[in-house]
Amino acid sequence: MYPIVKREKLADRIYLMDVKAPRVAQYCEPGQFVIVKVDEVGERIPLTICDYNRKEGLITIVFQTVGSSTERMADLKEGDAFQDFVGPLGCPSDLIHEDIEELKKKKILFVAGGVGTAPVYPQVKWLHEHGVECDVIMGARNKDLLILEDEMREVATNLYVTTDDGSYGFQGTGTAQLQALWDEGVRYDHCVAIGPMIMMKFVCVLTKELGIPTVVSMNPVMVDGTGMCGACRLLVGGEVKFACVDGPEFDGHLVDFDQAMQRQRQYRTEEGRAALKLQEGDTHHGGCGNCE
Amino acid sequence: MDVLNKVPVREQEPAVRAANFEEVCLGYNEEEAMAEAARCLNCKNAQCMKGCPVSIDIPGFITQVKEGNFKEAYRIISRSSALPAVCGRVCPQETQCEGKCIRGIKGDPVSIGKLERFVADWAREHGIRPECAGEKNGRKVAVIGSGPAGLTCAGDLAKMGYDVTIFEALHEAGGVLVYGIPEFRLPKQEVVAAEVENVRALGVKIETNVVIGKSVTIDELMEDEGFEAVFIGSGAGLPRFMGIPGEQAMGVFSANEYLTRNNLMKAFLEDYDTPVKAGNKVIVVGGGNVAMDAARTARRLGAEVHIVYRRGEEELPARREEIHHAKEEGIIFDLLQNPTELLVDENGCVKGAKIIRMELGEPDESGRRSPVEIPGSEYVMEADTVIMSLGTSPNPLISSTTKGLETNRRKCIVASEENGATSKPGVFAGGDAVTGAATVILAMGAGKAAAAGIDEYLRNK
Repeated sequence: MYPIVKREKLADRIYLMDVKAPRVAQYCEPGQFVIVKVDEVGERIPLTICDYNRKEGLITIVFQTVGSSTERMADLKEGDAFQDFVGPLGCPSDLIHEDIEELKKKKILFVAGGVGTAPVYPQVKWLHEHGVECDVIMGARNKDLLILEDEMREVATNLYVTTDDGSYGFQGTGTAQLQALWDEGVRYDHCVAIGPMIMMKFVCVLTKELGIPTVVSMNPVMVDGTGMCGACRLLVGGEVKFACVDGPEFDGHLVDFDQAMQRQRQYRTEEGRAALKLQEGDTHHGGCGNCE
Repeated sequence: MDVLNKVPVREQEPAVRAANFEEVCLGYNEEEAMAEAARCLNCKNAQCMKGCPVSIDIPGFITQVKEGNFKEAYRIISRSSALPAVCGRVCPQETQCEGKCIRGIKGDPVSIGKLERFVADWAREHGIRPECAGEKNGRKVAVIGSGPAGLTCAGDLAKMGYDVTIFEALHEAGGVLVYGIPEFRLPKQEVVAAEVENVRALGVKIETNVVIGKSVTIDELMEDEGFEAVFIGSGAGLPRFMGIPGEQAMGVFSANEYLTRNNLMKAFLEDYDTPVKAGNKVIVVGGGNVAMDAARTARRLGAEVHIVYRRGEEELPARREEIHHAKEEGIIFDLLQNPTELLVDENGCVKGAKIIRMELGEPDESGRRSPVEIPGSEYVMEADTVIMSLGTSPNPLISSTTKGLETNRRKCIVASEENGATSKPGVFAGGDAVTGAATVILAMGAGKAAAAGIDEYLRNK
């Protein structure tokens, strides 16, 4: 079992947890992910590692509740435990393999959307600790859904906060904020975008136009996470790649986002149905449109 | 009773079992087992043993069954096999022990597999466990993967006194026995978990949720954690696809994914969160045992199922028993046919396959007649689910993170057939990671050979 030593509600339906998993914490690097399984009947859920403490053997995860497994995860308290917690999986972020002096010469931008802010944080923190400057655009639908703003402010050189509804910071998407900065004459050599697929897609459309190489972190449906099932396959530059072993990070300008988004919807009906059933309990009467 | 014919084994009726996940074969009872055992000629030069990759003393245990000494029969089997309840169910006996049985020259061979299964089930039901090891020698050996190869290797090493830890990447021990082979062929709780428990009872530690090559590497296990030798039994790996248009559509799965959702994640049970698309009409592409498992699973989830295979009936690589069971359950075999394209609807869901008819051409170098497309014979088969069961290619997780571990052209780990030794001192390997996808019992044979190899290596170290 993998005990939870810290639990924090970051925003509506978004939770942060520090989980004791020494085998994962020992060698993990920014960009990698874990798979968690809350209990016997739970799904295996991939989550990007948001922070780690090797000495204490801790891994920080951030998740949003979307179905019955994640709802039960949210119900766990400090002292409770995950039944299964495996990792680190996937390849570490390319940035950590690059020469630090070379990185220092680059102007790096991170664009984070929603819960995607969580996996962006350790990368920005890592760069900051290695003396590399970078800017961050982080956005959410509204003020209440913004997470890790204070933490990010400490490690980012310039932090730009956006909300879709304008309830806080710049009104509009991260893509719009990048366009605005560009129009003001701000230039970047490298971009990392992590968030909902639709957001990553539009960031990539813009950065391709602007000529900024862009890395994205893909989060497709997965089962085993070790390359065995092929559920997470994506088209990258016309080739089939498995996000779990070849990724999760890819060249955003080569990813076929439309197809990835379509595949993401594959199980949406069941997920939604399970969530609705849980919320409505005995009063569930088929409003999900799928029950008889 | 006619000695030429085997005692028939009771099975669930096809129409009933096609709608449930309970075990198809019900096995022998005591009387049936003793009657079948009486057919054994107890040959002095037992051919059956030569056909067994783990060399079970077959006439020895059958003699005990004939006399009703089931406990002694179990003791004899478990000297050679850590997983008799599994092997009795999934071994291709017809090409191994039973294929060599003298009785089989005229009449049915002795049902060695069903007898093995009976003995293992009887022992489990009577709480009998394999005998524990004697003295522990305190030397640490790591085993990667808890499938048939790993469990066998670990069990044998523990019996020799080694301090063995198995590292398993998934959340449950058993490897392909848990994620791959369906419940209706191999009950998970009753049979697999019980045999894994028997291996644990020998003193083997099992650490789940550890991905070797990611969580920790082989070099780190040997340098930092004090393991003197390592056995790699990590299994087959990445599923293959056909590379035809439409394969990325929704509703197209690898057999690995479809089976893992059902078997490991228990998607067929209401209480479990992991979903699976049952499908109304399912095409399974391929003709091996995994294809049969996927097809019969889809059938039980309520679908009309077609197996599309590019060669003919004779060439189907699956066991005859599996093909027979599949047909009985109403699975339709569309042979000498091959998909050339998957058709996709406006929502990105698969809606069918363009299929071309094939004929068998001249035999190639391997002696197999290769299928050739018949021009102009294409037609469309509608389907809402397509399952690709085309085999696997090796997973690079371990080979790419272990210094000095040689792989071959097909990216399989190179290991000696005799003792499992790889190019890296102290590292041994066996099973699908070495051979590519094969059978449970061949993996067990390799695990057994490697255990002996590791013992010899450590004694001389």
